[in-house]
Amino acid sequence: MKTLIEKLTQAFGPSGYEKEVRQVALDAIKDHVDEWRIDALGNLIARKGTKARDGARIMLSAHIDEIGIIATHIDEKGFVRFTNIGGVRPDNCIAGRVRFLNGARGVIGVERLEPRDKVPSLENLFVDVGATSRADCPVKVGEVAGFERPFLELGTRLVSKAMDDRIAAAILVETLKNLTSSPHELYFVFSTQEEVGLRGATTAAYGIDPEIGISVDVTATGDTPKSSKMEVGLGKGAAIKVRDGGMLSDPRLVQAMIDAAERVSLPYQLEVLEGGTTDARAMQISRSGMPAGCVSIPCRYLHSPSEMVDYQDVQGAVSLLVELLSQPIRLG
Amino acid sequence: MDNESLLNLAPMIGAEQIALLERLSNACGISGDEGEVRTIILEQVKPTVDEVRVDALGNVLAVRKARKETRLRLMVAAHMDEIGLILVEEEEGGLYRFEKIGGIDNRTLVGKMVLVGKDHLPGVIGARPIHLQEEGDDERAIPIDSLKIDLGPGGKAKVGDRVAFATRFQNLGVSLMGKALDNRLGVAALIELLKHPLEYADLCAAFTVQEELGGARGARVAAHAFNPNAAFALDCTPANDLPSWDGSENVTYNTRLDAGAAVYVADRGTLSDPRLVQHVLDTASAAGIFCQVRQPGGGSTDAASIHRVRAGIPSLSISTPGRYLHTPVSIVRLADWQSTLALVYLSLQRLTPDVLGQPR
Repeated sequence: MKTLIEKLTQAFGPSGYEKEVRQVALDAIKDHVDEWRIDALGNLIARKGTKARDGARIMLSAHIDEIGIIATHIDEKGFVRFTNIGGVRPDNCIAGRVRFLNGARGVIGVERLEPRDKVPSLENLFVDVGATSRADCPVKVGEVAGFERPFLELGTRLVSKAMDDRIAAAILVETLKNLTSSPHELYFVFSTQEEVGLRGATTAAYGIDPEIGISVDVTATGDTPKSSKMEVGLGKGAAIKVRDGGMLSDPRLVQAMIDAAERVSLPYQLEVLEGGTTDARAMQISRSGMPAGCVSIPCRYLHSPSEMVDYQDVQGAVSLLVELLSQPIRLG
Repeated sequence: MDNESLLNLAPMIGAEQIALLERLSNACGISGDEGEVRTIILEQVKPTVDEVRVDALGNVLAVRKARKETRLRLMVAAHMDEIGLILVEEEEGGLYRFEKIGGIDNRTLVGKMVLVGKDHLPGVIGARPIHLQEEGDDERAIPIDSLKIDLGPGGKAKVGDRVAFATRFQNLGVSLMGKALDNRLGVAALIELLKHPLEYADLCAAFTVQEELGGARGARVAAHAFNPNAAFALDCTPANDLPSWDGSENVTYNTRLDAGAAVYVADRGTLSDPRLVQHVLDTASAAGIFCQVRQPGGGSTDAASIHRVRAGIPSLSISTPGRYLHTPVSIVRLADWQSTLALVYLSLQRLTPDVLGQPR
């Protein structure tokens, strides 16, 4: 699974440009699903199984896009000015490296700021692609780039750019491979454009019209020095979301997840996230609505090029989903 | 086909189209009260289209069928509403308190003539004369509550009446000047498109309401109704292209006048479908049409709601650049408008199911 995680996290895929990472996901699943399709927004939608009498049509979603940047201006000296795609923090950009969709690479520099300790905004940053003038700059206005940072193992911790949310894509792949029998008609969705407002999950949910929606995504933690206060920490198991900034999980589905974890004696934690939301929000309010919930992977340094998760939490999430989906889900 | 013969197929803007733009620009159609503009649109499109109706929100939905065979259903949306004001309270002597509808900078309101309600009652948003100002007054922001619309003692308006700027359209030859060019330029272009049926696609034209309020409300329901294979939003976008006062490089121009149609890659509401971006840029270069990529960043168009409708609709926006948008008067170039119309028409004409058949 670590090989797959490395491949998925290292693939290029800023929101709206997920083709490369989608291909990695497709190669990993296509021999294990009954059918798959790619919709108008680029979502990869794969079906496994059909509905038994006590089963449901369930959508599982892991977003395959990542935050990135897009060129807004090439100046006379060949420096590339840019704006964000998704929640890019300027302080995480400085001295970072990026790769453009067209292959060009560059490093991010910052203007001299007064006073020196001023927090920069994106307007103060630029990409140096090695050009000396506008004419020899390999990047044009409107071209998209992703952050580069290699995959790293630190004991049980895994670190990479785009761990948000490729780790969940890897979890969906493992879940669908490990599921030997299920009463459900399962739609595994590798969704696009989550970081810019859950856009892929919105259209995927409409197209699938599921009865239950579950997203798999990363969540923040409260276990680093002087971090914000939060119960969730790395290595304490997958987190079952109770609420976040955009959704209240269906309490029956929360209970079904807790029951599944307890049936197989998995450690788990309950998550209450103050800000942010996931694809589950889009599913919950799609068409005439559906019970929705989320399995979260605790992750440190979110929206930085070095996002960190714990491998045991990752494996726990797979086991939790396999157990949950192997049985009928009684919401009664 | 070479450049010239491709371009020859595109609709042209002449005296007739400019005269129509003048009527549309002078008409008042603040968001939620678009009736006056809708009347002109219906009068213009009825003789040429195969189907036309007005939906529950007030969108005009018109279809012009393919000339040869329908292989695609393509939606083009142009919002017909404009930014403006609404009366919220009557005070004595024909003075009214008001609120803004859509994005307006308070500082552009002072000292402007306005037209109030369906009868276009003339009024003015008065300013305190400079003689009577106190030191420092001109350095403070003006709260909207301190501004009034003055209709005079005989002025009979009612709370809820919409208020438009009184600017009259001017044809300056190379440039066009007027209010509400955002987006009557798009409306006039879409009316023209309906007169030129596509060979292999049905043109589903949506003249939408309530775009300026945020959420592109009219476009959402129009797209749901049409359920097209792909959609273009035809709009106007700011050109903040004046030179910097200190001679430094202007890096936030958004678009530039005289640089042609503005093609969107990304704004706050939409990441344009890359297949359509490529198709449109290829079309521009094949036909020799002047176009520019709009700087990615803020703003949004009808595409923001259209692409998220149902199971998703490949979408892209193309705008005419205009200076001073969302103020009482804007300036655009005739040539940029012509480029926009030609680029949208030829992009629709050349779009095939193959382009949309590749995975995004």
